Amino acid sequence: MTMKEMYDVLIIGAGVVGCSIARELSKYKLKILVVEKGEDVASEGASKANSAILHAGYDPVPGTLKAMLNVRGNEMYDELCKDLDVPIKRTGSLVVAFSEEEVKELYELFDRGIKNGVKGLSLITKDMVKEIEPHINDTVVAALYAKTAGIICPYGYTIAVAENAAQNGAEFVFNSEVIDIKKNGDFFIVKTHKEEFYSKYVVNAAGLYSDVINNMVGAKPFSVHPRKGEYLILDKDQGYLARTVIFQVPTKMGKGILVSPTVDGNLLIGPTSEDIQDKEFKATTREGLNKAITVAKRSVDKFDVRKTITQFTGLRATPDTEDKDFIIGESDVKGFINAAGIESPGFTAAPAIAEMIRDILKDAGLQLIEKVDFNPKRKPVIRFTELSDEERNKLIKENPAYGRIICRCETVTEGEIIDAIRRPVGAKSLDGVKRRVRAGMGRCQGSFCGPRVVEILARELNISPLEVTKHGRNSNILTAETKKFLLEKAAEVLKKEVYENA
Amino acid sequence: MLNYDIVIIGGGPAGLGAAVEAYEKGVKNIVIIERDKYLGGILEQCIHNGFGLQEFKEELTGPEYAQRFIDKVEEYDINVMLETMVLEITPDRIVKAVNSKEGVFTIKAGAIILAMGCRERPRGAIMIPGTRPAGILTAGTAQRYVNMEGYLPGKEIVILGSGDVGLIMARRLTLEGAKVKAVVELMPYSSGLTRNIVQCLEDFNIPLLLSHTVIEIHGKDRVEGVTIAKVDENREPIMETAQYISCDTLILSVGLIPENELSQKAGIELDPITGGPIVNEMLETSVPGIFACGNVLQVHDLVDNVTAEARLAANSAIRFIREGEFGKSSINVKAGNGIRYVVPQKINVDNIEKRIKFRMRPVNVYNNAMLAVKSGDKYLLRQKRQRLTPGEMIDVNLSKDILKNANLEEGIVFLVEEG
Amino acid sequence: MELKEITCIVCPLGCRIQVEMEGGEIKSVKGYSCSRGLEYAKNEVTMPKRTITTSVRAIGGHLPLLSVRTKEPVPKEKIPEIMLELAKVEVKAPVKIGDVVVKNILGTGVDIIATRNLYVK
Repeated sequence: MTMKEMYDVLIIGAGVVGCSIARELSKYKLKILVVEKGEDVASEGASKANSAILHAGYDPVPGTLKAMLNVRGNEMYDELCKDLDVPIKRTGSLVVAFSEEEVKELYELFDRGIKNGVKGLSLITKDMVKEIEPHINDTVVAALYAKTAGIICPYGYTIAVAENAAQNGAEFVFNSEVIDIKKNGDFFIVKTHKEEFYSKYVVNAAGLYSDVINNMVGAKPFSVHPRKGEYLILDKDQGYLARTVIFQVPTKMGKGILVSPTVDGNLLIGPTSEDIQDKEFKATTREGLNKAITVAKRSVDKFDVRKTITQFTGLRATPDTEDKDFIIGESDVKGFINAAGIESPGFTAAPAIAEMIRDILKDAGLQLIEKVDFNPKRKPVIRFTELSDEERNKLIKENPAYGRIICRCETVTEGEIIDAIRRPVGAKSLDGVKRRVRAGMGRCQGSFCGPRVVEILARELNISPLEVTKHGRNSNILTAETKKFLLEKAAEVLKKEVYENA
Repeated sequence: MLNYDIVIIGGGPAGLGAAVEAYEKGVKNIVIIERDKYLGGILEQCIHNGFGLQEFKEELTGPEYAQRFIDKVEEYDINVMLETMVLEITPDRIVKAVNSKEGVFTIKAGAIILAMGCRERPRGAIMIPGTRPAGILTAGTAQRYVNMEGYLPGKEIVILGSGDVGLIMARRLTLEGAKVKAVVELMPYSSGLTRNIVQCLEDFNIPLLLSHTVIEIHGKDRVEGVTIAKVDENREPIMETAQYISCDTLILSVGLIPENELSQKAGIELDPITGGPIVNEMLETSVPGIFACGNVLQVHDLVDNVTAEARLAANSAIRFIREGEFGKSSINVKAGNGIRYVVPQKINVDNIEKRIKFRMRPVNVYNNAMLAVKSGDKYLLRQKRQRLTPGEMIDVNLSKDILKNANLEEGIVFLVEEG
Repeated sequence: MELKEITCIVCPLGCRIQVEMEGGEIKSVKGYSCSRGLEYAKNEVTMPKRTITTSVRAIGGHLPLLSVRTKEPVPKEKIPEIMLELAKVEVKAPVKIGDVVVKNILGTGVDIIATRNLYVK
């Protein structure tokens, strides 16, 4: 055996689940590696394309992991967000009913919530609903109000968790799709296209592909299929239309289409819910978007759909098991732990899932020795828009890059963009910058700041602007240098002519 | 706090025109605040010609046109703040801005001239379904890459929108070796200048597909193709006509939107049709002492008109700082049949010396129609116009005499009389 | 007898001009609004010309490219050749508007001139 590095735990997937597990484990003296197929944290799966909600926990069936971990996870976010410097708003949520039939369902949810241990639940009358939400449709009859629900930026949070994990010693590799896993005695050989990693334990947090990963190692197979959800984001001038997360009564396909403010002040509409087969189908569709708009209007019909600034699709990792619950536990291959089939309320549950995985690993024999120097806090993020003018001036004096505004729509400075690139697990692409500091998320969707961000990325990463990508792989923004392209083309044409005439 | 008689926000053709005019009319304590590294605004990347035929009786390229004014700004030594972004303006004319040298600072302005120009409508605003790969960009952004940075955004291009920016880029990209496979236009006519259809599309045999739109974008990491379809009278796609065009780039030229975030935050009333401030005959907005000109007020086709508008704004600003607030402009100007919008939206005939120039756009293409101005039942004007098209701004001058002699209580309406 | 319909591109008016031709010779021109339009129409049907506005690479300047144009219109058919020729050109800052960047491009008798100032970085 070669003198290769042996990891204690290798986590597959750098979504919110994988990163949360990495951070949890980084509290202990362990060699941790997170292997991610995408180019960045939260770059491929549901962690970047979801409803951005912290669910209260009345929706999951009592007694399930979903229920327990949802409620436990929800409680943990205030402290986590404080430590990780991630904006969070405890807006509360409403499940609104438009008929007596639907009111009956509210009672059911309320019951479930109580059984699940959810605090701050109450059933409220139409008048009380209108007090909380003045713009809600007048057809509302009653609602279930959940105080503990909230909104957050899901990819911003995942990035913060990853950064803190890295800060505390966890390693990350990107652009590394796992193609094979073999148990070799008492450790695993995990293969990507480029290299091999050795690890005593493997945690499967591969989301939509967690079935593929599980089946690769030869454990008892299960399957996970994509359940597509389409969303619309509306301009910040529509954000006033909702103060809480407004749900409608759930169906067996999920919690339904909601209308919600985002933590940055936009209005979010969606998601639809449609079972599909293709795990790579990430497109929005005419039908899906129209459905989201139509159903959302049932709750709040005042929004102006022409104020939409972008739309996106997320794929839920829906498990094809009987109980449809999270698949969390050591598989029948010793040392291979699943945190699989994590769909809603997966984001809310993530910190609690991490705790549970830690305990499962401990039970499986992993030695957990606490690190004395574990730092739960990441370096605070400077957000120009949140500073006072005095703070801004002090900052600009020290670092003039904070006086240069690059994204005009969201008022993001060059200093913030440079910081986003230079931090641990920093941005390497246009989308990476966008998810960390919001440059490109405003009304013009990057038309103005795009070229400038490309320039900054090229400079900071010491690459040519031709190598800058939107989100890794071959999503290059630019294809050729002008002039050079013409000359090369002419040379090619000439070559063709020469060979044709030869 | 700094103090300037006139603060001009934006150093493109509107801001430059206003600054030079103000200085030449005797107000020298002025400043131009520009967010880019150099003056010139959007003209800097418009290296094609067609500018200045009215203003200079020459056909110039964008940078040449801008330089005529930049030269004057330098000659007059007019104050300029580059790489400076205005963060906020208040109704009492305090401007807050930031740059990397001075940090955040405030300016008390005698008058403010808004000249921020416009931005482009992105993919998300028109909800094209499909994936979100690299290779989707607006025509202006493509223009910046090609003309200022020296990069091609793609090699096989489909352009959505046949406005002038899209047409110009069709030619530019073709000249630099890319293949433009088609220009797709939703309407049954192009909104670009006819000369551009000829020298940008016909010259290069680039097909123009009228009454078509893009209904889906394909490609995981980079654009791989688009699906287009014909549209019906309601501009809804006819799914049976769907066809796939392979390409690596989709360029969007689907509308310009005046950049009024600052105006909105200052409580300035905007016209929902133009997207710009509601102004009176002095180009003053609903906030006294704040004026608007150029693309921030209404999207123009010819920069020469922007310069003319900027001069009016400058003269109005000078009158404001010398004479104080004007008499209220309370006569409403409305767009009637066939007209999309009219600027100015409110007038006061006592405020003007000689005439008011009204600018407007028609809703459709009209051939051999009558352009009319009415107040109540009475006609103030009736002119035959050979061709009216949404792509070409119309201007109508109404003299003070005509306006004074009419009973304008019911406001004035501009309309098109067909047939 | 051939009737050619063209759109004049000399100014934004875009007049529709009808040119009657017989045996390669112009018989009549109708629809123009000015002498430049007449000139354009006559050229367009015999030897079409265009003004090229493009850029050339620049070194040591405040921008990586210098915008340029043909001083007068050049034969339309020479455009691809001219673009290729200009792709080989590199100018050094400083440059002033109007400076000749390439004299008599490809023997057309037309100069390529700068349309902006290029300052030393």
